[in-house]
Amino acid sequence: MKLTAGRNAGFQCLVLSLALAACKPPPEDRQSMPLGDPAKGFAAIERVGCGSCHTIPGLRWPKGTVGPALNGMAERALIAGKLPNRPDVLAAYIRNAPALVPGSAMPAMPVSEVEARDIATYLYEKGAE
Amino acid sequence: MFEGWPPPVLDPAGPYASSVTLLSWILFAMGAGVLLVVLAALWIALFGRRALQEKLGGKKVIWIGGLAFPLIVLTALLVYGLSLTRHLSDDIAGDEMRVRITGEMWWWRVAYLDEAGNAVIQDANELHIPAGQPVVLELESGDVIHSFWVPRLSGKLDMIPGRRNLMRIQADAPGVFGGQCAEFCGGPHALMGFTVIAHTPARFAQVMQARLRREATPQVAGGEGARLFDTAGCSACHRIAGTGANGLAGPDLTYMGARRTIGAGIMPNNRGTLMGWIANSQAIKPNNRMPPYRVLSSEELTTLATYLEAQK
Repeated sequence: MKLTAGRNAGFQCLVLSLALAACKPPPEDRQSMPLGDPAKGFAAIERVGCGSCHTIPGLRWPKGTVGPALNGMAERALIAGKLPNRPDVLAAYIRNAPALVPGSAMPAMPVSEVEARDIATYLYEKGAE
Repeated sequence: MFEGWPPPVLDPAGPYASSVTLLSWILFAMGAGVLLVVLAALWIALFGRRALQEKLGGKKVIWIGGLAFPLIVLTALLVYGLSLTRHLSDDIAGDEMRVRITGEMWWWRVAYLDEAGNAVIQDANELHIPAGQPVVLELESGDVIHSFWVPRLSGKLDMIPGRRNLMRIQADAPGVFGGQCAEFCGGPHALMGFTVIAHTPARFAQVMQARLRREATPQVAGGEGARLFDTAGCSACHRIAGTGANGLAGPDLTYMGARRTIGAGIMPNNRGTLMGWIANSQAIKPNNRMPPYRVLSSEELTTLATYLEAQK
């Protein structure tokens, strides 16, 4: 496998290590996404207006009540009550929720793959507070 | 949150704003200078040498510092300030483009006027202008006193019930400029934003022509979205040109899909924020006049948001 530089390589390593970790339980009991940038994630959260529907730790306004509050994301077992709370799944869900959970009220959001991972990083780090 | 809002207040982008900003800087500088002199006098009064203190307590200081200085400086400043900003109230020639903007609790009604003063395009919370030329705004109020302020393009001017105030704005180059209600009007006053988009004159002409066509075209039944818009009651308060939706209590939604923002200039406009706004705008903008629609399912919310996204 040829590794490309930087983030991409890191992400592949992460996926690989997750796959390996899955082989020998017990798994880590806390989720994290060490390769994302939480500050950029927060900027993306503000830019697309996630707060319209979700109360998000660290975001003063708005504190939406349409969807669930997103505190404690690192401790949650499931995303949207259906999906395993894994970093890759969370990032994919942020980007295109209806593709993973048909009928979800959460629409696909206008964020890039990198931004979705940054947002997931922010939620895992900030959500623990 | 997104481009232009909240607006920077000391970064002018047109002639009407730049004279106001220049005057502001002069006032800041003079205020700072006077503060320094006062602090120096205070220091002398408390810790200075005896001889200096006696001088400071003399009549001369009162004549010069207390009377002559403010009289001369403030008079000069008044004359300079008026000459600097006199073009803000130049006579309106009559051939400029005119837009009527009405302050409402808590959004802005926008109507583009033809030569006769008739509203030919209706919109809300967003104003399109051509760059490089002045646009005359007729400022009115539908309820209480508001104040129109797009800091990068103009000074502020109150919107007073029963009165029409005229103001010019101009952007030197294309861009997006945020605005903000500048007079406390109750409730979510701080969340009463506005967006001005300046286009090149050619692009601006295209936008206006497309909208004139759109206003004149009856919309063929818009399917499930149009039906839901009607049955959920949206059409009681909102208008969409060419459909049965004729409500005037809330913002016109004819161009909702083309707008950059929702909630009067405060949130970016996308599927998610639209759905969040419809389901419960009270969490975003507390006490605004749109009730939360908790009766709608996720599918219905999606349908409505899709329908609104198509309105442009």
